[in-house]
Amino acid sequence: MNAIIASNLTKKFGSFTAVDHISFDVSEGEIFGFLGANGAGKTTAMRMLTGLLKPTEGKALVAGFDIKKQSEKIKANIGYMSQRFALYGDLTISENIRLFGGIYGMDAKLIAEKRDRLLDELHLKEEKDSLVSRLPLGWKQKLAFSVSIFHEPKIVFLDEPTGGVDPAARRRFWEMIYAASEQGITVFVTTHYMDEAEYCNRVSIMVDGRIEALDSPHALKTRYAASSMDEVFQMIARKATRTAD
Amino acid sequence: MTRFAVAAEGIEKHYGKVHALKEVDLKVEKGEIFGLIGSDGSGKTSLFRILTTLVLPDGGSATVGGFDVVTQYRNIRKIIGYMPGRFSLYQDLSVRENLDFFATVFNTTIEENQDLIKEIWVQLEPFSSRRAGNLSGGMKQKLALCCALVHRPDILFLDEPTTGVDPVSRREFWTMVSRFNRQGISILVSTPYMDEAALCNRIALIDDGTILETGTPSQLSENYPDDLWSVTGDSLHTLLVLLKSHPSMHSCFSFGSSIHFSTAPGAINKDVLTRWLESHDQTNVSVTSIKPTIEDRFLSLSIERVHR
Repeated sequence: MNAIIASNLTKKFGSFTAVDHISFDVSEGEIFGFLGANGAGKTTAMRMLTGLLKPTEGKALVAGFDIKKQSEKIKANIGYMSQRFALYGDLTISENIRLFGGIYGMDAKLIAEKRDRLLDELHLKEEKDSLVSRLPLGWKQKLAFSVSIFHEPKIVFLDEPTGGVDPAARRRFWEMIYAASEQGITVFVTTHYMDEAEYCNRVSIMVDGRIEALDSPHALKTRYAASSMDEVFQMIARKATRTAD
Repeated sequence: MTRFAVAAEGIEKHYGKVHALKEVDLKVEKGEIFGLIGSDGSGKTSLFRILTTLVLPDGGSATVGGFDVVTQYRNIRKIIGYMPGRFSLYQDLSVRENLDFFATVFNTTIEENQDLIKEIWVQLEPFSSRRAGNLSGGMKQKLALCCALVHRPDILFLDEPTTGVDPVSRREFWTMVSRFNRQGISILVSTPYMDEAALCNRIALIDDGTILETGTPSQLSENYPDDLWSVTGDSLHTLLVLLKSHPSMHSCFSFGSSIHFSTAPGAINKDVLTRWLESHDQTNVSVTSIKPTIEDRFLSLSIERVHR
């Protein structure tokens, strides 16, 4: 079964077509990299897929639900994390977990049980009552990711999850992504680090609102006779005529 | 006159209990592009704010353009341009008004330094009556850069100008930076992207308020103490787990489509490692000896520091 099916998904703002008839499928458990230059339309596409924005045209099923008619069902079945916003800095670690578990409708007993296990795994037991704003960035990202999949969603959307994180933490973060994918969670991720694009099962590259390329990193490198995803990206994204976001 | 655009010695900064900068030494020579490379929270912005005379250090001393950051801050402010990481122009002034404002503050006009900012101004001009707050991210960045250059500074401070910017735009930005540099402006730039190190004359790696190492990008690569191998195979994930259990392993990290594996010098050779991996059920294994990148060096230094 496919976790995401998008066909001719389109969003216009006035006369500006931010997302222009994109079609693609993401399979269950896949790590799907959603790449593109700033302003290519990634964020708009992601906002449609997460049920936050209605498409002008086209349709999409996310976790089996229609993004036009069942956006609330979608929100309950996905997780979301971005570098800009993930956790509440003025709540403690423990409070953040309880808050997000509650928002996703988990009962208190289950939250408490899973919380203890999670704090153990992350070695954060002793810090559970410290404010999230006090945590080093690398830990914050790990915690934010764990919270985003705490309610065991079918799909997790990660919007530039590793921006600004140090190299070692960035790699540990990807180990967590692999682990989630092995548990069957579908991962939809955007990044500006092209080495991370290599870790995805498949990637798409958006240019001026359209998907210009979609395949496994290996196949894309072969097709464009490139030695790295950075080269592939430079070749494809340079075709853009639209400037910035 | 000093040969240094920036010279800092033993800089200390605390915020409450947080020790943000620990005895930081930094020298930027006139005319060079110097990169300060480190992740969020490593102290880059604190150091920039001290050098641009916005906050005072708790200890140590620094000069910018030969002037002392504490006693001669007025002189420094005239000769530097500063582009902070966070957009800090006036959102409700238009593009043109912002530029005029900064030009006036520095007692100059846009026209006077037209040749320096021309290239960016051409791209901004169509939006000159738009409010800065309504510009796209890329355009905001260009406006901020324009405002930092409008008085033709001797030294330009760019704090994370490329964070969150896509790879194509990042490259374009660096092309602009090297053009300003060729016009004689010394540049201190910070970035979390290790691959941008190659675009600087010299760099310093910073982690947790400490400068780990300073030098040219190739010096830093040469300082890498171990033998480094790039390993690929059919299943990178199992390969990574297996390599981490190898008795000679010093470090092991995934690097995109391959794994970088380090050992003590001479501890192992290519054929031995290939055979070992094949005897552990890995298929299509390829092992190559490689030259370390700045990211490899950063990882080796930060591990060393944790273990000390």
